[in-house]
Amino acid sequence: MSILHTVNKSPFEKQTLNSCIAHALDGDAILMVEDGVYGAIDGTAAATQLAANKNISIYALGPDLNARGLGEAKLVSGLTIVDYNGFVDLAVEHDKTQSWL
Amino acid sequence: MSDIPEEASGIVKKFLYVNRKAPHGTIYALESLEVVLIGAAFEQDVSLAFLDDGVFQLVKGQDTADIGVKNFSPTYRALGDFEVTKLYVEKESLAERGLSKDDLMEIMYEDEDDDWEEKPSIKLVNRTELAAVMAGQDVILSF
Repeated sequence: MSILHTVNKSPFEKQTLNSCIAHALDGDAILMVEDGVYGAIDGTAAATQLAANKNISIYALGPDLNARGLGEAKLVSGLTIVDYNGFVDLAVEHDKTQSWL
Repeated sequence: MSDIPEEASGIVKKFLYVNRKAPHGTIYALESLEVVLIGAAFEQDVSLAFLDDGVFQLVKGQDTADIGVKNFSPTYRALGDFEVTKLYVEKESLAERGLSKDDLMEIMYEDEDDDWEEKPSIKLVNRTELAAVMAGQDVILSF
């Protein structure tokens, strides 16, 4: 029973990503969307948090990264970029979706 | 402008627009830009501050084609034409977000007091310096 967690808030403004990470279990996935994709930038406090959770897959929505000028070179390693179809696939692959707003 | 008393029409105040929100998740950044341009039209002494998530507004290479909203980021580079030439960016906010000056757009203006030489509008300042900029204003508008 795995959960797809989506996070749409900047980790520098809200505690949403922290709370999501704290509640996600092994086998879950976290998908960053909208301002949530700022959590994918490498070399930040949020990146350190993400790196400590090896058994949670991390995804970010490509169109939201592009809109914010975040190229792949700026992002944490081990992150997978998905498009809108990939978002749908993730929703299908997991038993349920939890939106961290 | 004719209904403004003559003694009032020439008053120039120092306006600071404080930008603390990322560009596309909310409408704040775009609304701030609109109001900045209005302030500039009234020939006021306009400065912009970018701190906290506001520094993300100036990141170069923004392409909003696939999220269906207007990409207003090129507008920052036109501010010089409206004599908005002081964009203060807080160093600590950049560093906390894994960003450096190289991640920001190049924003230039032509200095009419210096033979129209092209100069950068972005001024990197630390938190203490930005506090001093805020202290020196007549009006502060927050976004």
